[in-house]
Amino acid sequence: MNQRTMKTLRAAAFAAAATLVSFGASAQNIKIAYIDPLSGGAATIGEHGLKHLQFLVDGINAKGGVIGGQKLEAVAYDNKGSPQESLVQVQKAIDAGVRFITQGNGSGAAIAISEFVAKYNERNPGKEILYFNYAAVDPALTNEKCSYWHFRWDANSDIKMAALTNFMKDRKEIKKVYIIGQDYSFGHAVRGAAVAMLKQKRPDVQIVGDELHPLLKITDFTPYITKIKASGADSVITGNWGNDMSLLLKAAADAGLQLNWYTYYAGGAGGPTAIKQTGLDHRVFQISEWHTNVPSPEMEAFADSFLKKYGGASGQGWWYLRLKNQMDMFAQALNQAKSADPLRVAAALRDMKYKNSLGAETFMRPTDHSLFQDMYISSFGSGGKYDEEKTGWGWKTIGVIKSQDTVIPTSCKMKTPA
Amino acid sequence: MLELVIFSTLNGLLYGMLLFLLASGLTLIFSMMGVLNFAHASFYMLGAYFGFQISRYVGYWPGLVFAPLLVGGVGALVERFGLRAVHKHGHVAELLFTFGLAFIVEEVVQMVWGKIPVDYRIPDALNFSAFTLFETTFPAFRMFMLLMSVATFLGLLILLTRTRVGLIIQAALTHPNIVGTLGHDVPLVFMLVFGVGCGLAALAGVIAGPALVTQPAMAASLGPILFVVVVVGGLGSLSGAFVASLLIGLIQTFAVALNISLADVMAPLGVTLTRESFGGDLWMATVAQVAPIIPYLLLVLVLIFRPHGLMGNRDT
Amino acid sequence: MTTIVRYAPWLGGAAALIALPHVFSSGASITMMSLMGFAIIFALSYNMLLGQTGMLSFGHAVYYGLGGFITAHALNVIGAGKLPVPLPVLPLVGGLAGLSFAILFGWVSTKRAGTAFAMISLGIGELVAACSLILRGFFGGEGGISTSRTATLQLFGLSFGPQIQVYYLIAAWCMACIAAMHAFTRTPMGRMCNAVRDNPERAEFVGYSTQMVRFIAFCTSGFFAGVAGGLAAIHYEIVTASVVGAGPSGFVLLMTYIGGVAFFIGPIIGAVLMTALQISLSDYTGAWQLYVGVMFVLMVMYAPGGFAGLLLMHRMLVATGTLARLLPSYALAAVPALALFAGVVLLIETSHHLLVKAAEGPKMHALWISYDANSPIAWAAIAALLAVGFLAFRRTWPIVSRAWGEATIEARRRLGQ
Repeated sequence: MNQRTMKTLRAAAFAAAATLVSFGASAQNIKIAYIDPLSGGAATIGEHGLKHLQFLVDGINAKGGVIGGQKLEAVAYDNKGSPQESLVQVQKAIDAGVRFITQGNGSGAAIAISEFVAKYNERNPGKEILYFNYAAVDPALTNEKCSYWHFRWDANSDIKMAALTNFMKDRKEIKKVYIIGQDYSFGHAVRGAAVAMLKQKRPDVQIVGDELHPLLKITDFTPYITKIKASGADSVITGNWGNDMSLLLKAAADAGLQLNWYTYYAGGAGGPTAIKQTGLDHRVFQISEWHTNVPSPEMEAFADSFLKKYGGASGQGWWYLRLKNQMDMFAQALNQAKSADPLRVAAALRDMKYKNSLGAETFMRPTDHSLFQDMYISSFGSGGKYDEEKTGWGWKTIGVIKSQDTVIPTSCKMKTPA
Repeated sequence: MLELVIFSTLNGLLYGMLLFLLASGLTLIFSMMGVLNFAHASFYMLGAYFGFQISRYVGYWPGLVFAPLLVGGVGALVERFGLRAVHKHGHVAELLFTFGLAFIVEEVVQMVWGKIPVDYRIPDALNFSAFTLFETTFPAFRMFMLLMSVATFLGLLILLTRTRVGLIIQAALTHPNIVGTLGHDVPLVFMLVFGVGCGLAALAGVIAGPALVTQPAMAASLGPILFVVVVVGGLGSLSGAFVASLLIGLIQTFAVALNISLADVMAPLGVTLTRESFGGDLWMATVAQVAPIIPYLLLVLVLIFRPHGLMGNRDT
Repeated sequence: MTTIVRYAPWLGGAAALIALPHVFSSGASITMMSLMGFAIIFALSYNMLLGQTGMLSFGHAVYYGLGGFITAHALNVIGAGKLPVPLPVLPLVGGLAGLSFAILFGWVSTKRAGTAFAMISLGIGELVAACSLILRGFFGGEGGISTSRTATLQLFGLSFGPQIQVYYLIAAWCMACIAAMHAFTRTPMGRMCNAVRDNPERAEFVGYSTQMVRFIAFCTSGFFAGVAGGLAAIHYEIVTASVVGAGPSGFVLLMTYIGGVAFFIGPIIGAVLMTALQISLSDYTGAWQLYVGVMFVLMVMYAPGGFAGLLLMHRMLVATGTLARLLPSYALAAVPALALFAGVVLLIETSHHLLVKAAEGPKMHALWISYDANSPIAWAAIAALLAVGFLAFRRTWPIVSRAWGEATIEARRRLGQ
């Protein structure tokens, strides 16, 4: 073998090694795709959630990453709030090498994604992907539509309604209730559960209105407020989120409507500002897994650092403890499985017990892949250590339901892979 | 009940007058040039955004004056350099040009101001409640919106019927060629009318922006209703547009207030209809849920039975 | 010999459709080609109305979407009842659905022509889209109707689970529909459609009812739109109410017009181009819809024949071999044109970066150069490119015009010989 051939061979070997190393280097990052609305009526929520994910991923990477040094990478896809567009984006993510997807805004999109992931995994063994649901609370996702590949970190709407109605049971001032919601699977679930549970726990309460409006399309809720006024209700139950919640509250403020609001998402973007406008001090209630005034040094410091980095002019701070739970548990599962293979990660996640940043015990139920955690009922008003959106008002805990008391049965019969 | 009726009437009138502000400009443009300006709602959106931007620097009131002027200027330029070039290719090409323009404006607005709604605030001078009736308040800003729309309508009416320019415009509406032979600069008149039409749309935007949400989707949500108003009222008839706008504004607002469904109507007659009966969804839908499609039903019916529209005198 | 020449494009096209997945074999490419497949059918069906019969419709997605919904419901019925129906037949169901709705709405729509027809189509489109909130059983509400394409009778071991099998199904239907629609243009009815487009009054004098002709064109167009919708339902396995709305209606109009309405091949070019832009361009720039909008407006103003028109206006020159005379002037004009194009792209990209991606800082990368979006040098360069490019480009127009004149004279001379 002469000099020239040797040189060529060495160069080739070096090139091959460099390519292999670069391949390895790019394959080092474990990608997680964020598929949520980044335009349209829910864009503020989607964009803020993306900042949450980015902050969490940066935090995990700063602490040394996962599985001995591999870094996580968040990739964003805009599903425009549409179920069909979500599938297009999931396909794009898969084509880009992503194997973990997270989504939360809109149960319609969530159901579409969950069904697609199940079909894809069945048709492409060896290329499975996992779907982490951090906010879509339609009970169907962990009951009749459950799937081995779907994991949820937010208590489903039946659990939340059970907690809310337990709270409302003892409030004697509630006599006439008006239910208003968004016309899709989640809104239907809220309305159904509200009617059934109120009838069971407070049969004396009169339901004076039951309204469903188009999802994220209404810009002026004045006609609906007029109807609520006319019905003589003293309380409103609503699962509205996004623009639908903030605009509903804004219209109520404009009309000077004075009653109590029992909500799921009054704390979302624009909500606190609208509540302050109504002047309803501690008359708007919310059920959530956390709020900024829950005493916990670790979580308070965390929320504070997020607010400093991403708060901006609006002063929007940390919302999703559940997303933090999700990413922390994801990292723990990766480390436990010592691999980024979705099959092994799923096996590690499905029965994980985890102590969250509040120091409370949470657990994932393997039957339906739901996480159970403490739920807080809080009211929004004056006082409190931290305020929201620079209004000077903040959340105050009115009641806590421990995780084991939130457990309700499931009809899920998921097919576990071999 | 009376409260519901009074407030629904007020809100319906308000929405109707807003539609009229937009429809009047569109009718003028169509009558003169035969082109249905698909981008009219986009100029409405531009007006709201320009008003927002001006209000950020100097306040709401200067925006009320300057935003329509700016947008009117933009409209005149569009007519001079864009529409006129397309005119020789026919009406279809003009329609397509305005369609493409609507597309572009939406993209540019999204790029410059973002995809999420902007905080276009009601001016402090009007941020109180005008009056309280049966414990419900009616905001002063809505009163202002109503008054501005009525004032603009009256102004337009006076302009068209009592001034020389108005007479020339009216003449050019029906006989542009003759008006040209009389020595008037018809292309200039066209440009002015297009500019004024867009300015009116922008005025509607500045008025409606703080009350309704100012976001890139506002053009697409109002656009189709606008065409319904113009066609139902009769292409080429301002008074028809007025009647149609009020009609549709009132119908839509009242419809939302009604919770009756066909099933409810049939029940006293002894006919039970549920979601499971054949065509179930149709019987259970309340008038409130059907409200969004009523204008389109009206459009289709009018186009079949009375193609001139309610008060039109031109066949499209 | 002439038979082979006549059918060569068809055989070539079929061969290309079969061979393409082997050339572009990544998952993303096969998905994109599947999307192009039914986009072509949809755009061709739209051109039956716009290009052939002169009817501008703003609500064509109604028949596409309803075809998709009926196909999805049919798939669900077949899956639930385990009926022995193979998947390749399903687009026919979509087509028949499109046809039925076209008959239903078409009688009303085709009573008028021109702007009135456009407005009626818009109204019906919005009507059906708004109905989606009321008829929840049919439209599936916000979640839409999801379905599974593997739950059908599986022949020859084809489950249609993998994307490549779906691609071949779409390609086969695409070929069949293109052949059928092309054949339609050659029939007397197809020619009468052209007559009604060009001179409705004269067509009536010949003895044909313009409304009947328009109605038949409308129904045929609805059938093929339904087929496209059925294929889309099979591909996505979910159909939501947005598919009957203004979005797809507007998109098919853009596709067809940019491709070229005056030629049969125009919509095919438009569909392929627009689908590729929609999928790939969005990865490179966030402002891709702005580019599409600007391209559309420029086409309406200066090139109403679309891309097909621009290409095919050279066909006489190609046939007589005089095309080479044009090329030097084209090359000369291309230089300032490219400069102008680069200026426009940089303008849009830099503005987009400064406005939308402000959080990422001023450093950006466009057209293979990295630069600072805030620097005055960059902006001066953009302004220079735009100004110099436009002025120089204007200077070359008379040169190109003269070359065209000479080439055309020479071509006519050769034809006359």
